[in-house]
Amino acid sequence: MTISEYFELLFTDYTLGTITLGTAVLGAICGMLGSFAVLRKQSLLGDAISHAALPGIAIAFLITGTKDTNILLLGALVSGLIGTFWIRGMTHKTHLKSDTALGLVLSLFFGFGMLLLTFIQKQPNANQAGLDKYLFGQAATLVKSDVELMIIVTGICLFVLLLFWKEFKILLFDADYTKTLGFNTKFIDILITFFIVLAIVLGLQTVGVVLMSAMLLAPAAAARQWTNKLSVMIFLAAIIGAFAGVFGTAISASQNNLSTGPVIVLVAAVFVAFSFVFSPSRGLLFRQIRFLKNRRDLELKKTLQFMYGIAKTHENISHPHAIRILNNFHGFTRKTLQKLEHNGWIEVSNQQWSLTNEGFIEAENLYNQLLEND
Amino acid sequence: MKDLKIAINVDDLTVAYNYKPVLWDIDLAIPEGVLMAIVGPNGAGKSTLIKAILGIIDPIAGSVSIFGKPYEKQRKLVAYVPQKGSVDWDFPTTAFDVVLMGTYGKLGWIKRPKQAEKKAALEALEKVGMLAFKNRQISQLSGGQQQRIFLARALVQDASIYFMDEPFQGVDATTEIAIINILKSLRKEGKTVVVVHHDLQTVPEYFDWVTFLNVKKIATGPVKDIFNDDNLTKTYGINYKVAVNK
Repeated sequence: MTISEYFELLFTDYTLGTITLGTAVLGAICGMLGSFAVLRKQSLLGDAISHAALPGIAIAFLITGTKDTNILLLGALVSGLIGTFWIRGMTHKTHLKSDTALGLVLSLFFGFGMLLLTFIQKQPNANQAGLDKYLFGQAATLVKSDVELMIIVTGICLFVLLLFWKEFKILLFDADYTKTLGFNTKFIDILITFFIVLAIVLGLQTVGVVLMSAMLLAPAAAARQWTNKLSVMIFLAAIIGAFAGVFGTAISASQNNLSTGPVIVLVAAVFVAFSFVFSPSRGLLFRQIRFLKNRRDLELKKTLQFMYGIAKTHENISHPHAIRILNNFHGFTRKTLQKLEHNGWIEVSNQQWSLTNEGFIEAENLYNQLLEND
Repeated sequence: MKDLKIAINVDDLTVAYNYKPVLWDIDLAIPEGVLMAIVGPNGAGKSTLIKAILGIIDPIAGSVSIFGKPYEKQRKLVAYVPQKGSVDWDFPTTAFDVVLMGTYGKLGWIKRPKQAEKKAALEALEKVGMLAFKNRQISQLSGGQQQRIFLARALVQDASIYFMDEPFQGVDATTEIAIINILKSLRKEGKTVVVVHHDLQTVPEYFDWVTFLNVKKIATGPVKDIFNDDNLTKTYGINYKVAVNK
């Protein structure tokens, strides 16, 4: 199946449609909530939570014996939340820094989860196979009810986001100040964290424990490059996340059923790389171009100022001088001379240059302008 | 001082990080309408004192009252200017948006800022001379401009009491003069302003009230009475010579 065949099938094939919708919705909610995680500098929180969810899946299976997705994800939610509160507790009550607490919880819970998974695999129970799909996810197992759940959660999340928009925004920017205004910052904080945990748990089936944090961070990191407005950033992150979901599914379905989760993450990473390079205001490319342009401008202005210094000493400012004398000055190149002439600041004839009236005024204003731009 | 109505009363306030007390048994009565500096060496607990008063840090013991009532009930009368370095200035928002945040407290939960709040924010921006920068992304502002934005955000709260944590840190002379003029005009309006301050040279010029702090309260009172070498030496531990303009 080629990608174009995939997009034709998308609207006729029921399974493919479900999976694509699922990954798109997942990408959107992860992008939205990931923006919060990135702006709070809690990028690694998602990683810790998703790993912390693994033992919950195993324990839920051990207790109930079923592989019903909803029950397993409920287990993931519980152990994800426990992991989150451990992290909070550790950073608040001990001298540990948050990165240490995150790392500890991540490896502790993940190790315990892997232990339980191997224990389950050794059991003489025909039903045991397939739990390891939560490690890297398997989008193909998404069914309609899974996607419906995702849509409902995303809807609730969107509603809460709009309702508490002002509170979320101010807490993200300045938590201490928010507290002095009389807001219950703990409540807002827990609300945000709860939704992040929820989004992660929803993504485990599709993307898996190991790669889940990339779903949160990549769309947000890409979106941040394109805007300086929080609302736009969150909206963009949701769109980028959704696109990564759709394209990832398309590529994985058309290329011999490559594992969907990693492909989605890689597509998201391409968005990030593209944004880092090509964003007009923050991107590397345009920054470099601006840098070179500013440098050329400065070179030009330095030459002009040098000419101004010479011209000033003459009664007639347009008195011609030999180009030769500019050679003493390092900023001068043939190009700058052409540019100066092009701007109408000098005239060149017979290997001699003379300052025009405009050029004189420009040079005179130069010093003042430099001060203003400071 | 005309009358000594107490604006802020701090009673037995003790704060500790880990096992080490940062503030020890602070009693403080700050009269209404003063412009007060809190001075003391690094680690003396100046910022902590403000944060504990504002409930950002939980004290081990002690209580704070504002105009005779518990602080929790009087929050709307109090505005706070945190240290500039306490937030991420690369946050995706504009100068106007940050100032508008000052109106959130009175709005309360869920309600959005309307025309009246936006107008107030613009006025505050104008007061600090930052109206021309209202749409500027905050990372594009200089340190002094960022400080003015924080000041404007507190002004828009229209409070009776202002707490400011080192508002003069890292700002140039022009901004410093602009800020002190705003503080003096606040005092003229009868507001009480408490400032964590580092530059001892400017204390007599800027402030009329001062508190010396070094874990314990060393002294508090009018600048002209207590800003002297004796108290400076007690606070800073060494023989501190400053030119006190008398």
